[in-house]
Amino acid sequence: MNLKELYQEIILDHGKNPRNLGSIDKFNRDAKGHNPLCGDKVHVYLKLNEKKKIEDISFEGSGCAISMASASIMTDLFKGKEESEVKEIINDFLEMIKEKPELSSQKLQDDEKTKLMCLSGVKQYPMRVKCATLSWHTLTSAINNDKKEINTENEKI
Amino acid sequence: MNIDNIKSQFPIFNNKVQNNDLVYLDSANSSQKPQVVIDRIYDFYTKEFSNVGRSVHYLAVAATNLYENTRVSVQKYLNAKDKHEIVFTKGATEAINLVANTFGQKYLKEGDEVLITELEHHSNYVPWHYLRKLKGIKIEFAEINNDGEITLESLEKKITPKTKIIAVTHISNVTGAILPIKEITELAHSKNIPVLVDGCQGAPHLKLDMQDLDCDFYAISCHKMYGPTGLGILYAKKKWLEELPPYQGGGGMISEVKKEGISYGDLPNKYEAGTMATAQVIAFNESIKFLEKIGIKNIVSHEKKLMDYGLEILKKNNSVKIIGNPRNKGSVISFTIEGVHPHDIATILDEDGVAIRAGHHCCQILHEKLGLAATARASLGVYNVKSDIDQLNDSINKCKKIFDLK
Repeated sequence: MNLKELYQEIILDHGKNPRNLGSIDKFNRDAKGHNPLCGDKVHVYLKLNEKKKIEDISFEGSGCAISMASASIMTDLFKGKEESEVKEIINDFLEMIKEKPELSSQKLQDDEKTKLMCLSGVKQYPMRVKCATLSWHTLTSAINNDKKEINTENEKI
Repeated sequence: MNIDNIKSQFPIFNNKVQNNDLVYLDSANSSQKPQVVIDRIYDFYTKEFSNVGRSVHYLAVAATNLYENTRVSVQKYLNAKDKHEIVFTKGATEAINLVANTFGQKYLKEGDEVLITELEHHSNYVPWHYLRKLKGIKIEFAEINNDGEITLESLEKKITPKTKIIAVTHISNVTGAILPIKEITELAHSKNIPVLVDGCQGAPHLKLDMQDLDCDFYAISCHKMYGPTGLGILYAKKKWLEELPPYQGGGGMISEVKKEGISYGDLPNKYEAGTMATAQVIAFNESIKFLEKIGIKNIVSHEKKLMDYGLEILKKNNSVKIIGNPRNKGSVISFTIEGVHPHDIATILDEDGVAIRAGHHCCQILHEKLGLAATARASLGVYNVKSDIDQLNDSINKCKKIFDLK
């Protein structure tokens, strides 16, 4: 793993032109996340319908290319997915970033896995792992509707 | 000693870091160690080790003498009046905590004010914050100007009859602003207010003269002065060390201990409870000798030349923005690149062996004021050379290329 693999075209593209950036109309779940070490901030919004499916999802925030790209790729991925699927994929992603070499969830298509694996470059940069995972933890908090702000320095994440 | 060859005295530069020559631009965070300091630690543990100040055997006496020799060297280096004004601590953070705790205990009450500045490192804010919680004191912040400086006037504005102590940094670890300490102490003393100086960035880079600065307290971080980690120094005027209560209790700091009461030891033992960082103290004497051998005048002019060169080069670089423009500036260059987050900058520079720091540098108050979540910072040490700055600039250009910037 080297720098080129961390800053791949897809990361730079999502980092510079994040998808789903901004608030959404009529969201019914949201949560904020903060990484005080880097100053990364993220606010995730989602509209969960009565069938527990994510109808719409977006984020607002500022931060490094990795954190922005991660939030952008994440929101792209989850639009239209069901809550249970989303939770499984979040766990799979976080485990992959922490220790597992690959993603294993059956809920992910191959092209989705390829996209997410672009973020695995941070594994070589332990100080940057939190940049990649902040929006994912924040999404979990939003889904659970537990009204707590994620702070990477307070959580064991 | 030729200052341009100083790098050769630091063995870390003999090794490649991830296949690159190390370009170390993080000395404001911590400095590298010269061979003489490393050798001294090795020799002490190998041939001379004993605890100090307790036993009467040969090694204990010899170690005690070595330990006290460093105190005298530091006293001379700082031009302190008395060697008992030098207290060893585990770091500058502990030195400031010692003062905040003991001064706060004895002299501060609800409504009293501690005056600090927006430039302060968290270690010169958080210890005072404890007193805010504990005693209901207030903390006032002198404000920076547009150049990232603290002027005498901005401090004076915040002094009130309730100001009980002023605690300021000597040099900002972000903007590099050098504060007019002598003028500040003159002003403060005219109002009977003592002054604490956080000397972490000052001590490695400036000529120090405690009697001339006339501050009441000066905190030093030894690992930023080419010395070992785990060691700091509190300089304090003798009258304060005599008046203030002890900080930590334990062995070594007592005179007599009985069930019904305890009396404390004389200076400096009163503030050095427990087994101290013996090897580090003894090795720090080598750091002082090393600095004296090069000469602080030479260090100042070497670092100034390099910093001016760095500023000149980086100012010419499109999209690089230098943070702060103080007239008197220490060897710290904080910057941002429009469109690239500082952590991305630091990671990309790291691949070329360029070690800088990115983040808020323990100065969240200042970053909030500047409206920045983070900055990148290149800071200089005595071992840096012109080519380090060139490499910094080349790597910044690489960074811009990755992010498609011109």
